Formats: sequence, structure tokens, C-alpha cells
Amino acid sequence: MNASTATAPARRHLQTPQPPASLFPYNPGSLLSVMDLDLDAVSHLLTRATALENQDPLTRDRILLKRRIALLFYESSTRTRTSFELAAKSLGADTTLVSSLSSSIEKGETLKDTGLTLRALGAEAIILRHNSSGAPWLLEQETGLPVLNAGDGMHEHPTQALLDLRTMLARLRPGVDKVGAETLAGVTVTIVGDILHSRVARSNMLLLPRLGARVLLCGPTQLLPDSAANAGPGIAVERDFEAALRQSQVVMMLRIQAERLAGVQIDLAQYKDAYQLTGQRLSAHAPEALVMHPGPIIRGLELTAGVADGRQSAILEQVRHGVAIRMAVVERALGAQPKEGRA
Amino acid sequence: MSSVLIRNGHLIDPAAGVDAAKDILLKDGRVAEIAGAGKIKAGHEAGSDVQVLDASGLTVAPGLIDIHVHLREPGQGHKETIATGTAAAAAGGFTAVAAMPNTTPVNDSPEITRWMLSPERGACVRVYPIGAATRGSKGEQINDFAALKAAGAVAVTDDGHPILKDGIMRETLAAAARVGLSVIQHAEDTRMTQGASMNAGPMAFKLGLRGMPVEAESSLVERDIRLVTELRDARVHLHVAHTSTAAAIAAVRQARRNGLRVTCEVAPHHFLLTEEHVGLYNTNAKMNPPLRSAADRDAMIEAILDGVVDAIATDHAPHAVHEKEVEFEHAPNGITGLETALGLCLRWLHKEWKLPLGRVLSLLSAQPAALLGLKGRGTLAVGSFADVVVFDPKAEWTYHAKETHSKAHNTPFDGWTMQGRVRWTISEGRIAYAAKYPQ
Repeated sequence: MNASTATAPARRHLQTPQPPASLFPYNPGSLLSVMDLDLDAVSHLLTRATALENQDPLTRDRILLKRRIALLFYESSTRTRTSFELAAKSLGADTTLVSSLSSSIEKGETLKDTGLTLRALGAEAIILRHNSSGAPWLLEQETGLPVLNAGDGMHEHPTQALLDLRTMLARLRPGVDKVGAETLAGVTVTIVGDILHSRVARSNMLLLPRLGARVLLCGPTQLLPDSAANAGPGIAVERDFEAALRQSQVVMMLRIQAERLAGVQIDLAQYKDAYQLTGQRLSAHAPEALVMHPGPIIRGLELTAGVADGRQSAILEQVRHGVAIRMAVVERALGAQPKEGRA
Repeated sequence: MSSVLIRNGHLIDPAAGVDAAKDILLKDGRVAEIAGAGKIKAGHEAGSDVQVLDASGLTVAPGLIDIHVHLREPGQGHKETIATGTAAAAAGGFTAVAAMPNTTPVNDSPEITRWMLSPERGACVRVYPIGAATRGSKGEQINDFAALKAAGAVAVTDDGHPILKDGIMRETLAAAARVGLSVIQHAEDTRMTQGASMNAGPMAFKLGLRGMPVEAESSLVERDIRLVTELRDARVHLHVAHTSTAAAIAAVRQARRNGLRVTCEVAPHHFLLTEEHVGLYNTNAKMNPPLRSAADRDAMIEAILDGVVDAIATDHAPHAVHEKEVEFEHAPNGITGLETALGLCLRWLHKEWKLPLGRVLSLLSAQPAALLGLKGRGTLAVGSFADVVVFDPKAEWTYHAKETHSKAHNTPFDGWTMQGRVRWTISEGRIAYAAKYPQ
């Protein structure tokens, strides 16, 4: 049989409608996704974070003196909310917190109306934490204000990825603020656990490969679908935790998000057996790796207390970097000139 | 009743095998005469009260038939009414629409069916109610199909919900067959789609949305075909609504090869768009079944071109603006479709993918009429209902959702280029829509 008769008939090649180009972000001050930032913008934020961190607090608080920033939180938060608030206040801004449990949101007010109300009250930017993926896009579209995504559903948490990057750079590339496509060449970052429900994982896997890092995703199929590897370039799935550890310079542990499991049954004993980061595992397979965790940590589940408090842990450094990064992001939100023709 | 004479148009009537310049005379709600172009004179055979429409350069075809629309009445008049939905239908060239029963309350009774058909509803084209297969569309207790049919229902379905239980679906197929009704299945195994708001796959993962796997559709289509096979009754007719996956199409194709009476429809959005069109949480690209992968979309195109698909149906699903201006996962499913179907089918199926005009029109009229047994519809043979669409097949135009006749604006096709513009829509001899744009 010759080759030409063995092949199936060629599929018709049909021209089909193309998806429209994105209109977002409307406002150049917004930070909705890490994909809104090119590497120059990332470098600028890292540089500003360092400069603002080192600036005299008494001059720093002139930068956004009396500017109004609303924090709109539909989910509970310790780190993100506090660090955004401290960051905004460090720059002199007035902040107000609206949380879903003590506002008209409880009475059925929509996100659109809540956003318009905050704008009418004089808010110049809104920092939004929301349990629905994509909510910041809706808020930006409806208000035209700079919107900072402080975590949306299972989607993204861009400031977390930036502070994670700053943490990695401080340990692995000290003194580097300007980043490029090779800055993290040779670095493998393994993200472990509940990838499916993690906005931290998504933002990191969309940011770090652009700086040359390789991202390995590790977890059971229920929490890590195979299709995750197609989310972008430089991402691979490695189900064997110890094999992943042996390749890693950074290991980022995630909490199992019980509030988002939606019927997925996890056998915790089995899970710990396969994926818990223990002191023994760490010293055997990744004795020099940086251990990170976006918090909140559940000691004794995804990692042991010894690892959380150990020499390799950068968990509290991450929190500290969060304030600096968020100062830079808030400054950018109010410093950017809105596009013409938008509210 | 007055008469309408459509002169000098190019008549395409696939069911009657006509594709030629013709005059057509409509009288007393029926097609009275067809003759060569210029042959029928007003004031002579036609009578003196005849309204003459000059269709020079235009195509004259059987009025379009959409067997899957949501007119939202009773109960959800803020989204659409029978009057506004049928006005949109007429503007889109449709002269008959089959209305799904997922209203409030569900159309599961002869009383509601008759209420929908009452002249007080103000329908401007023919409405064919489809009755609920089970009480309240809850999938538990089968309705009285003979009574629904007597009241005017043309098929049964629990659209919006699947009939999940094997026993109930088997009984539905058998009972509907006994009274000569088709069963339309919304094929979605809801046990696989809890909390999901788009197609499962890399795009859903990236957007952080829960996904509906293709198996949720195909496994139920396969189950239904198995039930049809087991029933061994030639009267049983299963129609698969809004088919969206290659696997479901493959199952339908195989069932047909096995001689079963299994048909399917595809909506324009499923042969044109993919999950990529969800973009950044565009709620006007959210519907159920969801926009699928490019491979599934391509399979829909192939199946239309090679004849496996029996009808194009829009799944016109209007929603109020405020209902779609919410978080993606909270937005209701569905998009409008009646005003864009013809323009999209001509632009893409005909112009781009070279499906002959007669076959495009057949998928939008003759075939859906045959599928639901709508007598005297889908053709312009003498004696048929005077349901006609007259359109300029060459006109390119841009669809603007804000100019819609529907109450709703929820379409992903706002600003899209359409081909083929409706000039007149005639429903049972009465002009239901006449274009206002400059001639």
C-alpha cells in the first residue's frame, strides 16, 4: 500500500470567525491579571516597590495624600486586605473597607451597583476580592475606575504573583529589580496541591515562565487536571512530588481550598502521604530549595510545622514583600492617566 | 382577506424543487398561484385589492422555521413576550417558531398551551408550543401527551433540563410515539455539570471557571439512542436539541445508519463560535450547551455540510440586560438568535463554506417543518400556508443589537457582518415585517 492511499482524506480547511480582541483593561491603572503587565511594567513595579519601601514614611505619605481608595471584599482575608490597606495608607491615601457581610451586598445589591455607589462616594480606585472568577472585569467595565484584583474566585491573584516574584528574586537573584526573559532561567518552581482552585497558582504560572522559569504543577488529578499544562508556555505537570522536588529551586505549597471543593472528595491521609512537605522529604530531595506558601497555611496538612518554621521557609518574607509590592501597585493605579473618553 | 402578489422575485423552494424567477400570488392566507416572472397581473386573476410587492433582484423563499426558541411567556415577560419574540422572529425572516416550555409556570398543561396560542398574546407569526415531557419538567411524572397535542403542542421536551432517569425517558419516548409526537432532549448529564459555566478544558482552567465536559452531552445522547434502539418502534422519534459536540454528532450519525429516527439541530453559535469567544468573561457568550472547542465547532460545520444535521435552530434565549450584567458564573444561560440566524447562515454557511443557498434555506424551513410534522409549512407549493420571506441575498449589513425587535440585547453577534437582508416577512398572507431601511 502506498502512502497516499493510506492517509485519511484531508479535512476541509475552513475560514472561521476569529475571537474579538480584548477591550481590557479599560483603565491603564487597573491590574486585573498578570497578563496586563509586560516585563517592563513588572520591572517598574519592582523598582518602585524597593524605592517606596526605602523612602522616609513622612515624605512617602504625600504621594497619594487624601486620595480615596475603596477595599471591596466579598471574601475573608487577612494578609491581602491588611497589606493593601497598609500600603495605601503608607502613601497617604484614605481607605475604606466594604465587606460583603456588613454592607448592602447582604441585601442583594449587585457588584455593579456597589461599584457605582463607591465611585459616587468619591472612590478613585477599587481593590476587589471576590469569590467569582472574572468579577474584577465586570467591576472595571461598569465603573471605569482603576480596579486592583485582590483575588477573584479560582482565577487570578496578580499582586500575590508579584510579591512571590519579589521574594524569589531577593533570595535567588539579590539586587535584581529589572527583569527580563532570562532573569529566572534555570529556575524550576514547583507548585504543589490544590492547583484547580488556586488563583495564586494561575497568576504565578502565567508570570514566572515569562522570566525564564520553568513551572511544574504537582498534585492529584482531582485537584490538577491534565489540561492545566496548556494554560501557557513553560508549564508542565509532574504528579510525583519527590521527582518534582528534586528538580526544584522553589517549592510553593498550597492549601486545599475546602470552600471550593464542590463535591470533590479528598482522602486527606492519602493526600498527606503523597503531597505533604515534611522535613524528611525536604532534606532528602530539595535541601536547598526555597519553601513558599501564599497562606493561610494549615500546619500538619500541606506542610509540617517544622517546615513552615524552618530555615528554608520564606513564608513570612512573602508577607513582608506584599506590602512593598502593593504600595507600587496602588501608586500605579492612581498615577496612571486614564484613557480618553472613559469615565 | 386581501391578496399579496410578489412579482419578479427569484423563488427558491427546496421542498418543491423550484429555483427560478417566479411570480407568486397569496390569497386567503394560502399560496394561490405560482407562475413565470411577470405572468400574474394585478387586477386580473389576482383581484383588484391585491397588494403588489416588487421582488426584482430579491430571493423569495418559504418563511423560516425555528424549532427552538424561548418566548418567556407565561411568567417572564421582563425578558421577552410572545409579541416581542415573534416580532424579532418576523424581522429575522421567521414565520413559525416552536416555543420551549421552560416558562413560569412550566408549560406542562393544555391550559397553558392554549393560553400561549390565544390571539391576546399578539403573536405576529405562527407559534407552535412545545409541551413539557414531565410535570414541572422535573423528570419524574410524565404528562398527558394526548391532551397536550390536542391543545396544540407539536412535541414534548423538558428543555433546560434533561430527562435523566432511564425509565422516565423510555416511557416518554414510547408515550410520545403513541400519540405521534417527537421527543426533544436537552442532552446534559447534570451530574457532570454542577456549578459549571463554560466548556471544560484549558480555557475553563485558565479563566478559573468550572467546566462542562463534552461527555455530559454525548453520554446522554448515547443513552437516548440506546433507549430508542431497545423500543423497536418505528414511530419513536428522538430529536437532539442544540447539538454541540463532535461525539454527540457521531452518535446521531451512527443511529441514522442503523435506521433509527434520530434527528438533530445545531445553533448558529455552535457552528461559528468557540470557547475562545468567552474572552474575558463575556456573559453574552454564555449559554448551555456552552461554546465548545474548535474541534467540536468544526465537527458542527462538517455535519451541516454533509447532511447529518436536520435543522438550524437558534435556541433564542432572551434575558434582561441587568440579568447579564453580573459575575459570569451567576449570569443566566442563553443568547438571542432570531434576527441573526439568516444573516449568519448566508454569510458563513453559504458564502464562506459554499453550502448551496437551497440547502441553507432547507435547513431553516423545509427540514425543520418535516421534522416536527408542521403541515403546509416549509414550502410554497400551491395550497400551502402563505408563509414567505423575501430577502436581498447579496446585501451585506451590520447587526446592531440595540435596534432589535426583541426585548433583549444579549447576543455575541452585535456588530457582526451579516449577509442577506430581509425585505418582507409574510405570515399566512399578512405582512408581518417590512424593512424600514432605505431601499
